[in-house]
Amino acid sequence: MTVQSVTDRIPGGPNGPKGFRARQYFVCLKGILLREGLRFLNQRERFVSSLVRPLLWLFVFAAGFRQVLGVSIIPPYKTYVMYEVYITPGLCGMILLFSGMQSSLSMVYDREMGNMRTLLVSPFPRWFLLSSKLLAGVTVSIMQVYAFLAVAWFWGVKPPWTGYLLMLPALFLSGMMLCSLGMLLSSVIKQLENFAGIMNFVIFPMYFASSALYPLWRIQESSPLLYKICLANPFTYAVELIRFALYGQVDWKSLMVVVAVTILFLGGAILAYDPSKGLLSRKQDIGGNA
Amino acid sequence: MRHVKANEAASLPAALAVSAVSHAYGQKQVLSDVSFSIARGCFAVLLGLNGAGKTTLFSLISNLYDTRRGTIRIFGHDVSREPGEALRRLGIVFQARTLDLDLSLCQNLSYHASLHGIGRTEALSRIKTLLAQMDMGDRLHDKARSLSGGQMRRVEIARALLHRPPLLLLDEPTVGLDIQSRAEILSTIRELVLADGISVFWATHLIDEVEDGDHLIALHHGRVLADGRVDEVVRSCGVTDIGAAFAMLSGVAPVQAGGEHR
Repeated sequence: MTVQSVTDRIPGGPNGPKGFRARQYFVCLKGILLREGLRFLNQRERFVSSLVRPLLWLFVFAAGFRQVLGVSIIPPYKTYVMYEVYITPGLCGMILLFSGMQSSLSMVYDREMGNMRTLLVSPFPRWFLLSSKLLAGVTVSIMQVYAFLAVAWFWGVKPPWTGYLLMLPALFLSGMMLCSLGMLLSSVIKQLENFAGIMNFVIFPMYFASSALYPLWRIQESSPLLYKICLANPFTYAVELIRFALYGQVDWKSLMVVVAVTILFLGGAILAYDPSKGLLSRKQDIGGNA
Repeated sequence: MRHVKANEAASLPAALAVSAVSHAYGQKQVLSDVSFSIARGCFAVLLGLNGAGKTTLFSLISNLYDTRRGTIRIFGHDVSREPGEALRRLGIVFQARTLDLDLSLCQNLSYHASLHGIGRTEALSRIKTLLAQMDMGDRLHDKARSLSGGQMRRVEIARALLHRPPLLLLDEPTVGLDIQSRAEILSTIRELVLADGISVFWATHLIDEVEDGDHLIALHHGRVLADGRVDEVVRSCGVTDIGAAFAMLSGVAPVQAGGEHR
């Protein structure tokens, strides 16, 4: 061997440029998006179950509760709406919520199986890798939402056509918030077995204590305490953001809350996965042995 | 081609320099004041029994864990301060299998290439070449699930070499493999050192994977017991082979390929 042959192998050469170019960042992002997409396509059961869950709520739950729960005229609706129409944005939020948690579940699985390490030892900045992984999870979630809305259209849920396009930023933001929460949770969950319990303490309370199934004024009438909990629940604002966007409007308060909570959760997740600040090195749980 | 003179080579930073590194999980001290360096183009073996701290050391070198005490430099780049520059010079084969079983070999390796910013065309060309070198050229589109343990390992080695790192880390890569697969993998890696001048840091608990000319770092209960050429370590212990030297230094008999202590 010669020293020359070794230095030749150093990317960019011994005196080559440091860091990566913008094009290489794009290549990295594309690779992470592609892998998440391939994994989703390879897990058809995941796609089917992600559709069946909200459709069951729409076909069965909403049909049963239509006569029980009256929905008065509340923004963004300009007239009385069927209960199915009311809960559709909530069910979109439900898909994002479950998908966000599922993507964090896959991170715990990846960590246990060791796949997470291949991502974390990439020379790209850790914040970029995690944000890309998050973006990949959100993209998959949004595709599921549109598949659900396509089926719901045949069930009589027909928002304006422009709403499908205008809700995209709302879905993206809400998805980022929920996937960030999932990522943050995945960083503190040590084993896959612990995840199911935390899911029950996170998903269901977030979903039921929100405006996804009932308007907030109705909750306030029945329980002022629950109303306050709903107001403190960021998922409420994600649902309202989607609801207004679907009808071409912006709920500014919801927008601000969702953006702020996303920044909070994402920052927490990046810190938690940062080797110098996070908990991972103290817990020895990146799939490694001592 | 620029030829590097001997004195210039000596002034170049080591492939891997570990200096006064300690690490603990809570109250449990796993590594204590570990220091050594690995020269360029050298096959170095990290020999230690299970629980010696080998995987923790590898996790620190690969920046999975933060180095809280001491410094680790890869070709002069501090892993904590310049993680990007350090990690792009490092290829890693983890102890646990890390291929995505539901993806094809091409998809698995393409994903790794993208994590190093290598474009699709260039990646595909390197993947084909490396898989052919590992006698896996005809399995490009097979799912990783269909491979044997030895074949998976070879693909993982190809993956670790994809971004052409000058330093390769292998954490007990022959664990769970049959004798023939072990021998093939070991010989492939040794050929890489000879042919390409790549530096290799090979963690193992099996003494029969160590050869006389290798650089040996013996680790026991998180402490470095010996650091030097195998034949020198053996001679300094006044024994005839590395197994006896390790037993003398650690007070514990090392393990041979069959899994039995000597």
